[in-house]
Amino acid sequence: MPEAVITASSLVKKYKDFAAVDGISFEVAPGESFGLLGPNGAGKSTTMRMVGAVSTRTSGALSILGLDPDEYGPEIRSQLGVVPQADNLDSELRVRDNLIVYGRYFGIPRRQIARRADELLEFAQLSDRAKSRVDDLSGGMKRRLTIARALVNDPRILLLDEPTTGLDPQARHILWDRLFRLKEQGTTLVLTTHYMDEAEQLCDRLVVVDKGTIMAEGSPSALIREYSTREVVELRFGSDRNAEVAAQLAGVGDRIEVLPDRILIYSDNGEAELAAIIARGLTPITTLVRRSSLEDVFLRLTGRSLIE
Amino acid sequence: MSAATDSAIPGAPVPDLVEGRRAGRKPRRWGSLYVAEHKILAMRAYLQTLVVTILGNPLLYLFGLGVGLAHLINAPVGGASYLQFVAPALLASAAVTVSANELTYPVIAGFKWNAIYFGINAAPISPAQIVNGIVLAVLVRMVPTVGVYFVFMLVFGAVPSALGVLSIASAVLTGISVGLLIMAAMSRVVDDRGQPALIQRFGIMPMFLFSGTFFPISHLPIYLQWIGWVSPLWHGTQLGRDLSYGMAEPAWLVIVHVLYLVAIAIVGWLLSVRTFVRRLNK
Repeated sequence: MPEAVITASSLVKKYKDFAAVDGISFEVAPGESFGLLGPNGAGKSTTMRMVGAVSTRTSGALSILGLDPDEYGPEIRSQLGVVPQADNLDSELRVRDNLIVYGRYFGIPRRQIARRADELLEFAQLSDRAKSRVDDLSGGMKRRLTIARALVNDPRILLLDEPTTGLDPQARHILWDRLFRLKEQGTTLVLTTHYMDEAEQLCDRLVVVDKGTIMAEGSPSALIREYSTREVVELRFGSDRNAEVAAQLAGVGDRIEVLPDRILIYSDNGEAELAAIIARGLTPITTLVRRSSLEDVFLRLTGRSLIE
Repeated sequence: MSAATDSAIPGAPVPDLVEGRRAGRKPRRWGSLYVAEHKILAMRAYLQTLVVTILGNPLLYLFGLGVGLAHLINAPVGGASYLQFVAPALLASAAVTVSANELTYPVIAGFKWNAIYFGINAAPISPAQIVNGIVLAVLVRMVPTVGVYFVFMLVFGAVPSALGVLSIASAVLTGISVGLLIMAAMSRVVDDRGQPALIQRFGIMPMFLFSGTFFPISHLPIYLQWIGWVSPLWHGTQLGRDLSYGMAEPAWLVIVHVLYLVAIAIVGWLLSVRTFVRRLNK
């Protein structure tokens, strides 16, 4: 394996007594697409800020592109692209000028940056909006412009903090397509998300983070294999009956999770389990047999749902 | 697009530390200028307002106060005509107004509504460079504002001394030192609960009224005169008068004016940088 571009070891970030990040360790290889999956407040963004060399760690070791961010902040940031959770485009500048101005921060000559801006507008499918005001763009367009801006310096690592939060499904899919292209080109991607489908789409490997610590690590499929079954049966008996019915399901499936709105039955053969349940004379209002997802992994690891 | 294609090749020599360290050289050296360039480009969005205020303000104030009010007062103040007396004060106030415009709401916006400071800091630019770049951009707006004002003063016959042109520098120094104080205060604002309006009403406005702008502070009751002594605008105004019509002040007092303004600027800068670091790199 080639040398890691990010190495974090026992990384800790404390705010007074509260440990937002509490001793996490991971490595990211060049060209890899690496994700931090976890609920809001898990410490993902804090980790990203430390990796982005804008927040100093309380303890632990951190190396980005072979450099220590405490000492080489500007050198590291010169080689990163950062897509923050909330867009921070300059609404006083036109779309294309946002790219030009940002490119200057990396010391890129004006002539070069002008050419680069046009390429990036094309990549972000915003060429026809070059002269628009930022405020006139849709949420998805702003997000794509923010990503284009993050690519202005041809970064070795692209950091994306919740890249599609708040976007409608169509805008998310356009964005995933763009990110997938970057991944195919070999850009190292590090992203945080609390959407399991996003993690499954984009990440080669991920860590599940909760309360500032890593609960599990692996590829999406390996995590599902290890912490869940192949399939899941979802049953709804009505929110006041779920707990009561669960008692009658003993012995069905490998494992049962009772959530306020539904019961989940983990099994490698969902259809067979469902038939068995019906045979017991139980009559769920709705049923669904689906494949396991990272949501199930998270539920198994923490006893909580990802989106609460 | 050729984003980082090199990093995909297995076994390729990554990371290239020498090249990596070199990547930060230009931003470390020129970062403040890049920020200034950004802010100046953003001024294009309100260029018309800028031009109107640069040309309109001196005309209105010099005509209204310097000519209109002077007609009523009609008596020399400290050896100068009223117009000559009031003009350097208006010049310094014009510089302070630029600071008040550029460094109240825009600073809050930079942390919050637009959050561009976080974006700039995510690029290889330090918080101190952001502060410096903003101040440079304010200077770029302030110098022509004050310069045009001065030309109007000349036209109105308000500058008898040959040293008068130096009052441009004293006005700019005053504007920047008040501006850095404003920036230090505004950078601390996390929730806008009307602080910019408070600064305007209870900071800038009283300073304008009690800094010897329209009459010497010696005319104020002694218990109000301290406002003038601590006010950077008073020091800047007096300095302007020393230069524009040779108001008789002892040399030590002239030096105190300069040192006081420089000291305020340094304190404002240190406080601003400290807050920018705290908020951007927490």
